[in-house]
Amino acid sequence: MLRPGRCARLLSLVLIAAACTRTVQPGATGLGKRNITVKGSDTMVILGQRWAEEYMLAAPAVTVQVTGGGSGTGIAALINGTVDICQASRPMTDVEKAAVAVKRGEPAMETRVALDALAIYVNEASPVRQMSIPALARIYRGEATSWRDFGGPDHAIVLYGRENNSGTYAYFKEHVLGGRDFASATQTLAGTSALASAVKGDVYGIGYGGIAYSEGIRVLAIKATEDAPAVVPSLETAQDGSYPLSRPLYFYTAGDPSLTMTKFITWVTGPEGQKTTTLVGYYPLPAKS
Amino acid sequence: MAATARTLARPATPKASPGSDALRRRVRWVERGAETAIMLVAITSIVSVLLILIFVGKEALPILTSAAVHREVTPLGLIVPHPGSGFVWQPVSSDPKYNILPLFAGSLKITLIALMISVPLSLLAALYVAEFAGKRTREMVKPAIELLAGIPSVVVGFFALAVMSTLVQRVFGTEHRLNALVAGIGLSFAVCPIVFSISEDALRAVPDTYRAAALALGAPRSETLLRVVVPAAAPGISAAIVLGFGRAIGETMIVVLASGNAALLDAHVGRSTRTVTATIAQELGEVVVGSPHYHVLFALGALLFVVTLLVNVVGERSIARMRARARGASR
Repeated sequence: MLRPGRCARLLSLVLIAAACTRTVQPGATGLGKRNITVKGSDTMVILGQRWAEEYMLAAPAVTVQVTGGGSGTGIAALINGTVDICQASRPMTDVEKAAVAVKRGEPAMETRVALDALAIYVNEASPVRQMSIPALARIYRGEATSWRDFGGPDHAIVLYGRENNSGTYAYFKEHVLGGRDFASATQTLAGTSALASAVKGDVYGIGYGGIAYSEGIRVLAIKATEDAPAVVPSLETAQDGSYPLSRPLYFYTAGDPSLTMTKFITWVTGPEGQKTTTLVGYYPLPAKS
Repeated sequence: MAATARTLARPATPKASPGSDALRRRVRWVERGAETAIMLVAITSIVSVLLILIFVGKEALPILTSAAVHREVTPLGLIVPHPGSGFVWQPVSSDPKYNILPLFAGSLKITLIALMISVPLSLLAALYVAEFAGKRTREMVKPAIELLAGIPSVVVGFFALAVMSTLVQRVFGTEHRLNALVAGIGLSFAVCPIVFSISEDALRAVPDTYRAAALALGAPRSETLLRVVVPAAAPGISAAIVLGFGRAIGETMIVVLASGNAALLDAHVGRSTRTVTATIAQELGEVVVGSPHYHVLFALGALLFVVTLLVNVVGERSIARMRARARGASR
């Protein structure tokens, strides 16, 4: 019934149909382009979306689409040319910058757009109020396992973290763990809000993430070393750098942004954009000195 | 080709009246067209399955062949414990560790929990609906259970994460709030409708003559059920369980949300667990294409495919054997 000749003809038909689809490259940046796609850091998703909403009110002709996925995902998308702007909660590595230059033919351009303080969350019922970075490192490496050592009850510490495509993961690993591995028992959750809700429901939990997600959970004061003063994350301590876990948030584009994009980025770093930043719960950039 | 077929057909049927001949010819061409269209659809699905297989296999192959990948991970390194740290999955690290045993153990652990919960429940429900329930009850209960399958798994997962996890921890005192037990319970929501629906169909397909014969021999109802109806439906029930297994081990969203995703190799149901599917879902978005990590993730997918294929083949075999035995017994 199914002769080989007919079978082959049909097969080639299917393959031709498959080959005919072509991916569109929205990264092509023309002057007349009125649509900006933004992708990247999960930490920055709510921020980016609020910026987009406010900006689209101010400039109705422009559409800004913001999605998350993680800084790594956003950077990969920028390298592949599937987004215009990449949001990242960590600076690009040299390897990634080189990849942008090779694949897109233009160097990666970096713009600082806001400040974030990486908050350490615990449950509101926890008696713990502060923690030093070395102690935090011992906890997340799995060397210290009981809350008793930190002024809490005699109960195992339950570790919450982010999946390894998150900029927050990379930042925490580098700045807190000194590049060493997380304990195997660290639970990895998809997104800061999932993590925050996990800590909210777990009296013995500890987690980390952006300061904007700290509603309903306790944010610890952090000491850079055992002897250093404990600093609570706030606008002042993030801007003057005294909070040990504050970090800038970035926009990346491949090459100079188009006119439409430049206007958006200027608006974001300007007074209106930075006011939105504060409203969302992040910290504005320090006034230029 | 069409023209030759027509000229050949005419002298072959000289006695038929011209009208019925034309009609027959038209019907034949319409039939051919429909046949081709349907075959095209069938072939498309086969081709896409093949293409996916080829793609996954191709991306997984460098684990075995590429020297660049072997500098970071060897096929043996996927199973043998890492010196100093043991069975650890830590692919993003200065010294990447790719031990896949915790992931497969996690997948099996959660799948077994899901099956242990859903198989007895759905089999009993199927027995009730097929054998005891009145027509009206059956018409309400069956669609209601099957509706469970329509709940998006992300919703089930979120429900497990937000509601069930706290409840489970309070009742069982589990060490982690998100753990294998919570994920397994969540997963059983997805497995139950499949096992229920297929085994209920199998029970109902048992001819009434069997029941009548058993009752006529003086067997009580319980004996009729357990000794006659259930054995006769056993192939279908087994198929239901095999399909439920496939559904459970392949499910991603529920376990990503509810299991906590810590790659621990142990048998505790109250501890966080990371599955193969959750690992692929969480990590594939970020990996550099062509890196060892990327190839390992594809190898995970290929292995998972092999596992489900094996289970399906073994299941299919035993079902066929059971069916043959049942036929032999009924003769």
